[in-house]
Amino acid sequence: MSFNLAFYFSLFAVIILVLVPFAGAGAGLHVVFGIVIPYLAGFTFLAGLVYRIVKWARTPVPYRIPTTCGQNRSLPWIRRSLRDKLENPENTIHVIGRMALEVLFFRSLFRNLRTELRPWREYREGGRLIYWSTKWLWIGAIAFHYSFLVVLSRHLKFFTEPVPFFVPFVESVDSFLQIYVPAVYMSGIVLLAALIYLMVRRIADPKLHYLSLASDYFPLFLILGIGISGVLMRYFFKVDIVAVKELAMGLVTFHPTVPEGIGVIFYIHLFLVSTLLACFPFSKLVHMAGIFFSMTRNMASNNRAIRHVNPWEYPVEVFSYMDQENMYRKEMKRAGIPLERDTEE
Amino acid sequence: MSEVPKPEELIKVDYRPPEKPWMSTRPEFRAGSFCNAASTKWLETLDYPYARSWSVTDEDWKLPENWKDIALEGMHDRLNRFRSLRLFFDICVRCGACADKCHFFIGSGDPKNMPVLRAELLRSVYRRYHTVAGKLLGKFAGARDLTEDVLKEWFYYLYQCTECRRCSVFCPYGIDMAELTILGRELLSSVGINTEWVMASVGSCYRAGNHIGAPPHAYKDMIDFFCDECEEVTGIRPHPSFNRKGAEILFVAPSGDYFADPGTYTFMGYLLLFDYLGLDYTISGYAAEGGNFGYFISHEMGKRLNYKIYSEAKRLGVKWILGGECGHMWRVLNQYMDTWNGPADFLEEPVSPITDTRFENAKSTKMVHVTEFTADLIKHGKLKLDKSRNDHIVLTYHDSCNPARAMGLFEEPRYIIRNVCNNFYEMPQNTIRENTFCCGSGSGLNADEFLEVRMRGGLPRANAVRYVHEKHGVNHLGCICAIDRAVFPPLMEYWDLDVEITGIHEMVANALVFPGERKKTVDLRGRALKGVEPEETEEEE
Repeated sequence: MSFNLAFYFSLFAVIILVLVPFAGAGAGLHVVFGIVIPYLAGFTFLAGLVYRIVKWARTPVPYRIPTTCGQNRSLPWIRRSLRDKLENPENTIHVIGRMALEVLFFRSLFRNLRTELRPWREYREGGRLIYWSTKWLWIGAIAFHYSFLVVLSRHLKFFTEPVPFFVPFVESVDSFLQIYVPAVYMSGIVLLAALIYLMVRRIADPKLHYLSLASDYFPLFLILGIGISGVLMRYFFKVDIVAVKELAMGLVTFHPTVPEGIGVIFYIHLFLVSTLLACFPFSKLVHMAGIFFSMTRNMASNNRAIRHVNPWEYPVEVFSYMDQENMYRKEMKRAGIPLERDTEE
Repeated sequence: MSEVPKPEELIKVDYRPPEKPWMSTRPEFRAGSFCNAASTKWLETLDYPYARSWSVTDEDWKLPENWKDIALEGMHDRLNRFRSLRLFFDICVRCGACADKCHFFIGSGDPKNMPVLRAELLRSVYRRYHTVAGKLLGKFAGARDLTEDVLKEWFYYLYQCTECRRCSVFCPYGIDMAELTILGRELLSSVGINTEWVMASVGSCYRAGNHIGAPPHAYKDMIDFFCDECEEVTGIRPHPSFNRKGAEILFVAPSGDYFADPGTYTFMGYLLLFDYLGLDYTISGYAAEGGNFGYFISHEMGKRLNYKIYSEAKRLGVKWILGGECGHMWRVLNQYMDTWNGPADFLEEPVSPITDTRFENAKSTKMVHVTEFTADLIKHGKLKLDKSRNDHIVLTYHDSCNPARAMGLFEEPRYIIRNVCNNFYEMPQNTIRENTFCCGSGSGLNADEFLEVRMRGGLPRANAVRYVHEKHGVNHLGCICAIDRAVFPPLMEYWDLDVEITGIHEMVANALVFPGERKKTVDLRGRALKGVEPEETEEEE
């Protein structure tokens, strides 16, 4: 698919997703947009995610194929540093460490390099490859995921009563700059900035520009839409927070109500979130669950010490030693190679 | 053989992607960019389906009528057998971290050689037939029909992947292109698409015992010749045994080590070392191949060839198995053999008869890497080594992809090197250890007709060798892989590098001081040693 098609298709799709609740909730369909769609989306999210996970979990892992990025355990005097143990795990504890680094700190992305082929007169062939350490993608990814996490945890105040102790704490840290009224949350700004970086990167890097699909732009636009509608709601088109909490509590306690007087911007926000939830299990976003299943990361590299069993391993047709001896007996005998059956005797 | 552009031309890689979107471009089967189609003979030997005579450059590949059903059914089947396939299809976010990590992309600039896009070639078909979004939205969801053009594209790009797994080091989810390449090649094989180079090696190995098609008596002949050579250059004649029952150890080397220089010097190195130790070992003409080209076309074929090693160890009644210096051989031995053909309960936990070291890391598979074995010998002071005998060598060391990224075998060979060689320089850190670059010819791509792509894929490695060559005067590239030893000489020649290729055990044998030996003036290759006058008679130390 061409860039234009992928990019604008996604953009228009999200614009339509904004217009639908704008028209619908504006026309008073609050039950549909405040109750029915969020429930459907929540159900799709859970069911879809369970389906995905069960599907992965039920598919066998025939071979133990960890990617090893550190020294293997072999002879007792060959030193293995902590890094080696975490990058080439030999047991479950090491694997847990490796997975924690991947999931919490995006270890592998941190390795990222940028390859540059530079004209180089000193080399006969006229070019030299240079590998630059590059952390931008890692920074962007960390900024995006962690600000999203903070934003999500702040939202717990709408869904819980009493509100868990850490939520006010997160809120106060998040807004410690005390700019503007109501105080600006840094996480919102970081989230939007990271999204814009991830978007710009896709457009500006010729490689990514070439390979990106609509399904890469769509989640970015969608989450941008969620972020922007959230920001607008908090700082500009204020909505009735008490009413929003009433609606949210109704949803989570399964006693849904639609209080009067919540602005339409809220329904836009909620509809985009619902879309995100519903799409989640069926899009690339499911990497959040998938990373835990990655067999190049979550298996210990102890292949030669502990046998891995493949549940569907089947016998295969082989060429046995006797087949070979029968084929070459005379020549083998002449060469003085011991035989199993010397027919000439 | 095709005309390869000059290095100065080839290095001007154009990284700008084409105007047309990738689903609308087709590969151009230009000489030098593909391996030839397999001939019928080998397919028949191996009972492989759809043996026929065809050519890659033909418009009509003479596929079976129902090829599409076979391929789609094959994909469906593998999705249910390999979690890796399903997972790696589902979770890629196309972040592009892998893109410029692939040596074929770096050397060719072809965007479909970015692992992410190479994987999309398969993934797009998965989406079309196995996901709701793909079925409903088609190309808006990145899905496309499986057509003959798509199949040809698979062939072109899955045979421009050496299964080196460098991309999987950098992928934030550990997606492993090698896994997709292996399974994709299985699908191609299932509709009769195979390459001559791989099938000839597999077919030869299946009956004769090794990829080069040397039957047991010919293999023994080669070894006898190496013994002659050893005797001529060192005065010491090793006494290996062949197919001998009751030996303690079965030694299995890759055929590359007895097929051609410079691998043969490594083999001579093994023979001299084992003779020095008085090791009770035997070599087999049945399990004569450590390498496994079968693994390059399917898990099943890999298993069929690998079967011989355990089966022969059992027949000969050895206690354990020692394996030579080879790359993908050790991917298979380390990560597959025990699962395929184990458990090896008829063998004993490997113990070095010289040092009594128990190789606990190999207690189930019962197969030890020769660099583990030798490093242990050196650590225990069992070898008398004279490093200065390698003083004419200024060495750098290439981590072969598979021992690096499928084993983590980094320190053992380096420990040996530091004990047998005074001049050792590492290449830049982003090109060694887990970041090592493939030789560009692995996974069955070392065919002559494929030379241009091989030279492109070898660019990052050659360029890193250039760096240490210019900076430190490096004149030898050491490695523990037989394919490396076969393909680096033409690579170094092409990139005009005055660097020779050596195995690690060749250097061990150079440095080894035999009791009562005659004065050494030349190395295994008959080259004069540095600082040793040929006419002197006293022993150097």
